[in-house]
Amino acid sequence: MRLKAFTWEYGRQFGTLAGLVGLTLVLWALTPHFMTVSNLMNVVQQTSINAIIAVGMTLVIITAGIDLSVGSIVAFSGVVLASALQADIPLPLALAIGLAVGAFSGWMNGLLITYGRLPPFISTLGMMSVARGSALLYTGGRPISGFSADFRYLATGEILNIPLPVIIMVIVYLLGHIVLTRTKLGRYVYAIGGNEQAAVLSGVNVKFHKAAVYALSGLLSGLAAIILTARLNSAQPIAGIMYELDAIAATVIGGTSLMGGSGRIIGTLIGALIMGVLRNGLNLLGISSFIQQTVIGSVIILAVLMDMALKKQRT
Amino acid sequence: MRHIRKTFPGVVALDNVDLELQPGAVHILLGENGAGKSTLVKILSGAYRMTSGQIIINGRETAIHNPRHAQELGVGIIYQELNLVPQLTAAENIFLGRESTFKSGLLNQKTMDLKADLLLRELGVEIDIHCPISALGVAQQQMVEVAKALSWKARILIMDEPTSALTRPEIKVLFKTIRRLKKKGVAVIYISHRLEELLEIGDQVTVLRDGLNVGCHNIADVDQPQLIRLMVDRELHDQLPKVQAERGPEVLRVVGLCRRDALQDISFTLYGGEVLGIAGLMGSGRTELARALFGIDPIDSGQLFIRGAQTIIDSPRVAIRQGLGFLTEDRKSEGLVMGLTVKENICLASVERLSRLGLVDSQGERRAASGYVQDLRIRTTGLEQQVMFLSGGNQQKVVLSKWLCCRADILIFDEPTRGIDVGSKVEIYQLLNRLTAGGTAVLMISSELPEIIAMSDRILVMRHGRIAGEFTAAEATQELIMEYALGVHSAA
Repeated sequence: MRLKAFTWEYGRQFGTLAGLVGLTLVLWALTPHFMTVSNLMNVVQQTSINAIIAVGMTLVIITAGIDLSVGSIVAFSGVVLASALQADIPLPLALAIGLAVGAFSGWMNGLLITYGRLPPFISTLGMMSVARGSALLYTGGRPISGFSADFRYLATGEILNIPLPVIIMVIVYLLGHIVLTRTKLGRYVYAIGGNEQAAVLSGVNVKFHKAAVYALSGLLSGLAAIILTARLNSAQPIAGIMYELDAIAATVIGGTSLMGGSGRIIGTLIGALIMGVLRNGLNLLGISSFIQQTVIGSVIILAVLMDMALKKQRT
Repeated sequence: MRHIRKTFPGVVALDNVDLELQPGAVHILLGENGAGKSTLVKILSGAYRMTSGQIIINGRETAIHNPRHAQELGVGIIYQELNLVPQLTAAENIFLGRESTFKSGLLNQKTMDLKADLLLRELGVEIDIHCPISALGVAQQQMVEVAKALSWKARILIMDEPTSALTRPEIKVLFKTIRRLKKKGVAVIYISHRLEELLEIGDQVTVLRDGLNVGCHNIADVDQPQLIRLMVDRELHDQLPKVQAERGPEVLRVVGLCRRDALQDISFTLYGGEVLGIAGLMGSGRTELARALFGIDPIDSGQLFIRGAQTIIDSPRVAIRQGLGFLTEDRKSEGLVMGLTVKENICLASVERLSRLGLVDSQGERRAASGYVQDLRIRTTGLEQQVMFLSGGNQQKVVLSKWLCCRADILIFDEPTRGIDVGSKVEIYQLLNRLTAGGTAVLMISSELPEIIAMSDRILVMRHGRIAGEFTAAEATQELIMEYALGVHSAA
């Protein structure tokens, strides 16, 4: 049984990984430019923003919740960060403000869900609109552009030829993995998603930990906002539209169940890479963005269908 | 059913099992948890497909493909967890999926209501068919399930632990209904762990052990000890081995506890090393009392003293910090996280203690969990096995380990042996003895009177949210407790 559980857990990840490898091989065969170091690095770099948001989404979804507000929080954190930068506030403080705006918005989600007893869908749907509106209000609808080279270095800089956003992403995944597998919070996340009632009766402070998970999701949206703003050298109040779709897609393609209680951070990374490779490949093949949307939506549906079929086979 | 064999990957769940049903007879299926009863009836009801064997219905060999097909063949099953839509009415539930309609396609509710009413009357029960299911009691819901099965002319009716959530009078009504079904020529398969019941209602009994048929008898030819021997293949000299522990100091005192209509002026004292039994009918306030003590439901008035100090418990977290543990009635929905492992469930309430700076000490966790697995003899393939794959008795031991792991010494057991086979029951009783010997105080809620009389030092009987009587184990008899529970003596 132990071996079986082991192979199952990792088998699911191998399945996703096989999907990624297969997709890569197909694109390699179709377009020679795909398999170049510069393009692959480009893919990973473009994936990093969605991948970082998807870590928070994974935690939220394991608690059997959902966070639809991540994209709007990216925009809101981004514009507040940008105004702080332009007010010549020291860089570390400005970054902290950007992260805090994200974490605070997420924490509001958490409070509404726990103490306000709202379904996560409603609470974060509302926040999606509130944060977006706040971003537009704050900027009067105009982008804020032009930042110091120091700040832009966060997106353009490299260490050992590896772009900084990729390094940040890797660190976030390592931390996310440790949180889920090694910390109290992680254990409680699985317990809450698996059986909230049993968690309450075991003395788990469910409200606190749930709110913390949404705050964490907001914090990571804030981090994504920093990278996005630095890369574009501009903060736009309409940034991050449909980011929730990409993050949810990466999570479920990576094998996290929307029912809650199960999921792995490594699966989400592979899921995010699949999304990135697919986008990049379709671009290289010169396929119109209209078709791209349709294809990506279909891939999400297909991935979940396959996952459910596999799970059914298992029982 | 002949030579039924069912294998799951790595396990033979049933091997060469025969089962013969006669119309108008109640056939008891008996066996420990994991003996193969559920697997057998799931094959008959189309939920599983057999690996090999034959099913012959009315002289014709049949393959049962799926639950729908089983229904068409006249096989109905009533699971322990009822399959009804709570928001719909009795009539709507009975005809769910087979609604009668007018030619226009609109629902013909009148016909359905009439038919539903007729079916329920035939069963000899009075249920308002317009009432939503959620407003009915468990016993009435069960009757709706029976009526539903009859509505598609079931000739074979399978009942899985139908009495586990029923009180004595409700069981009487159920048995009356079963006797009516017999008269109509329905063959009933009846699964239960309550031996007295089986002897009362059954005609034949088939005992399964480890997936084998170890005997088919007429009920008239067997008695309880014989059946137990067949089930476990070992004589249980003393089914209920109570060991008296020394009574320690007062650990819990409740004075004048009230909660809305559920609890009225509850006062009692619990001592270390003692088992205080709480008897009473369903709905008498037993579980409500446990929930209030554990801080799940708020109380309106009353005082609580723990080890002599007045305490306010307003959440399970506070209760746990005070050394309380609560083994709930419903393991699956309140006690365990089924998808987590044995180790994770055992440590769930102690993660705080077992972690440093937010990081879980996995070594310490493994040490603690494996200690309890050995000590309580939890049968599992390993600490990493998900608890959903354990039998009921072993799941109960995991819940108990969870509380022991966080060092609880005031334990509330709500129906500790419900749905657990005889062998595991005895093990749970032995654990109770060991706990009280170590000075732990136990509050034990149970509907099984023999159990509560044998295992308790003192017994409180509850009725309508009040304590209707208190007895020592020596003076309590089943009749006496029942009289107080039913209110023959009005104590308060």
